[in-house]
Amino acid sequence: MTLHRITLRDGADLDGFRKAVRRLVHEELAPQHVVFDVEAAPDLFGGEAAGEASPISLPRSLSEMIGRVVCHRDPERYALLYQLVWRVLNGERELLDIATDPLVHRLELMARAVRRDLHKMHAFVRFRRIRDAELERFAAWFEPEHFILEAAAPFFVDRFRSLDWTILTPIGSAHWDRDKLTYGPPARREDAPAEDEFEDSWRGYYESVFNPARVNPVAMRAEMPKKYWRNMPEAVAIPGLIQTASQRVERMIEQEATMPAKRTPERALEAMWDQEPKTLEELNAIIAKAGPLVPGATQAVFGEGPAHADIAFVGEQPGDQEDLQGRPFVGPAGKLLTRALTEAGIDRSHTYLTNAVKHFKFEQRGHRRIHSKPTTGEVKHYRPWLMKELELVRPKLVVALGATALLALTGKATPITRSRGRAKFGAWEGYVTVHPSYLLRLPDEETKREAYAAFLADLRRIHDLALADPDTGELPLAAE
Amino acid sequence: MKELPVDEKLAKKLRILADAAKYDASCASSGAPKRKADPDGLGSTTGAGICHAYTPDGRCVSLLKILLTNYCLFDCAYCVNRRSSNVKRAKFSVDEVVTLTIEFYKRNYIEGLFLSSGIIRSPDYTMEQMLLVVKKLRRDHGFRGYVHLKSIPEASPWLIEEAGLWADRLSINLELPTEASLGRLAPEKDGASIEGAMAQMHERILESKQERRHFSPAGQSTQMIVGADDTTDADVLRTSAKLYGHYDMRRVYYSAFSPIPDSSSVLPLKPPPLMRENRLYQADWLLRYYGFDVDEIASGGEKGMLDLEVDPKLAWALKNRHLFPVDVNVAEREMLLRVPGLGARAVDKIVVARKHTTLRLEDVARLTSGLKRARPFLITADHHPQGRLDRLDLRETLVEKPEQLSLFA
Repeated sequence: MTLHRITLRDGADLDGFRKAVRRLVHEELAPQHVVFDVEAAPDLFGGEAAGEASPISLPRSLSEMIGRVVCHRDPERYALLYQLVWRVLNGERELLDIATDPLVHRLELMARAVRRDLHKMHAFVRFRRIRDAELERFAAWFEPEHFILEAAAPFFVDRFRSLDWTILTPIGSAHWDRDKLTYGPPARREDAPAEDEFEDSWRGYYESVFNPARVNPVAMRAEMPKKYWRNMPEAVAIPGLIQTASQRVERMIEQEATMPAKRTPERALEAMWDQEPKTLEELNAIIAKAGPLVPGATQAVFGEGPAHADIAFVGEQPGDQEDLQGRPFVGPAGKLLTRALTEAGIDRSHTYLTNAVKHFKFEQRGHRRIHSKPTTGEVKHYRPWLMKELELVRPKLVVALGATALLALTGKATPITRSRGRAKFGAWEGYVTVHPSYLLRLPDEETKREAYAAFLADLRRIHDLALADPDTGELPLAAE
Repeated sequence: MKELPVDEKLAKKLRILADAAKYDASCASSGAPKRKADPDGLGSTTGAGICHAYTPDGRCVSLLKILLTNYCLFDCAYCVNRRSSNVKRAKFSVDEVVTLTIEFYKRNYIEGLFLSSGIIRSPDYTMEQMLLVVKKLRRDHGFRGYVHLKSIPEASPWLIEEAGLWADRLSINLELPTEASLGRLAPEKDGASIEGAMAQMHERILESKQERRHFSPAGQSTQMIVGADDTTDADVLRTSAKLYGHYDMRRVYYSAFSPIPDSSSVLPLKPPPLMRENRLYQADWLLRYYGFDVDEIASGGEKGMLDLEVDPKLAWALKNRHLFPVDVNVAEREMLLRVPGLGARAVDKIVVARKHTTLRLEDVARLTSGLKRARPFLITADHHPQGRLDRLDLRETLVEKPEQLSLFA
């Protein structure tokens, strides 16, 4: 039987190889009857009309290996790949699982070499800005070992999408114009700019991060072989750094410990720990500056009421109205709370009202902004501020309105039904009840009335509890 | 935006503040979710991390690793930037760091920024300045490259909450493995606040992963200095095991204490114990990927110190010869992982390949470069170590001639 000759395009001709494989498999031509050649401008299939044979299904790991290995410089790559394909299609479907098979092993080494070359290209390309370009335009000269330009280029698109750049290599060039990626002919080193204004400072950085006490050029060369050095502006520093390393270390070791030239900055040291906000205004300024955790809120809604109020009420998060007005508990639930407080004999203006979360989080539905519940992580994000806030207010009693407030005050998620009533939040005397918005959500009037009565009973108890003994600071019901 | 030329003053600052940051061993740019640049933004992350250069100490240059300033109010004896040191001082402005990061990034020198700082004015003030840099990068420049922020455990907890929203990785360096050393060598630091901040970050990282929000998606890491105090390797590893277990550290870095310019009188002035550092990294791997516990690893050495002549897995195997030889064609994965010279990847390939074929010694040789060490502990279809395991000189035959790790080792 005569040898069948396949001629493929120079470089990584994945498409040509795929077509050839389909045809060869279709015609049942075993590897020993096929020769692969490479030419700059091939006649497809040695002059035969290149009819499309139907696709064949290959295991994914094999397709991936083909995609890598066709980029390899080894002229035998296509022949080796075809041997592998042939064996996989002829009874050895799981051949790639056998990493110890000599053919699989050899191709795996080739694939690995290509992956490494790709990785090094992504790492070692150095762009230089094209001078006098009105737009920011960059160009780089790089010499890859294998035919990887087209495989490597998409990485640079993902990364430098807003820049105009060109990568020039001896095997072709790639150009990105902020819209399209195009490939061009091979280039020469002189086609790229010869310098860049940031290279001196980059080299300075490179020299400074080197630790002469750990000099180990072998390890460096293993990862950054010499062949790359001529296209890396920092590499000119390498010989000097290695040569002077031992002197530099000897000097450090010989040099005796010196006396501090400056006196200890006593006052600065004292002032250093005095960093906590001292007033609610200072704390609120910090919260305002941080901005909302979930975008959308108009403003941060801070706590309201006198510092050192007897009772601090902690709600969930501001709602639509609160977000617009910048005040807590002014929406429907706030109005209900105010009414209940009055009925329970508590003057709202003498209490401190705040929320666990300081920004409104919502879903936009048409014109309406529908409240969406803060997640555990979000509640905890705001928690350090709430703790500081309470530290500044120093209430006698802290009231958790609803489960979110309870989570914020304890750091743990617990259902309200199980913890309703008196509680301890760390060092704080506390009380747990429902959030007034819960009362608004109840479906029928009867349950609503009952729930409101229970809420009112809680508030009355809260009122009593807060009447602490002015001398001992003890709460009247503490003995319960 | 008109780009600022790098004037000499800025270049000088860069040298000082890069030099001041180089004793932090962490260089990774891995673990971030895959991101691409927006049409008018800059930067991407691939997940795996990229080393853009290597310096002649063999270390990788991945991120622009700098301090915002090396002025510092703290006085940690091991640190080149302690307040009592006479090193040259400098401070970047927020805009200077942003410019350097963006311009270096555009030229493909770096994967992103690793920003740390000496403590100036107060921990809160310092942390706020660092946050300004990251926010400016992310908001004003649409920067989607990697950012590693050093958290300051003494700063208020809400600043750590904020840092995680902008950074890909957060880290706090424990630096000294025991509370006693910390008290003696780093008087301003406090083990409890360091662990408190690590716990806070850990909790938030877990929650945000569940809630699919961004909070330090590449996790947290830390570093311990080796050789500045008299802690044993076993105690260092015990601390590591705790850090991995309690706070799910992505990495614990070990940094051999290295002579620094203008060093403190309380610390040893000697070449860094590079081999010890190397053995600790190997032991760390055994802890995380090979199913060893600290006591097993420590048992391979003497008096809590690892064997410097052979790697810790080989050291352990030499003292546990009764468990070998192991047959590659039938042994459990867990036991194969304990064979010296076989890495986790080689073991995985063995386990898959042996379902289809019977492995011979030359097959194993294709999968590992450590066959010499593996041979006495392995059985293959065509190989049995026979009495070799019982030979008294087995250890000597396996000790590698010491590689030249350093000109001064």
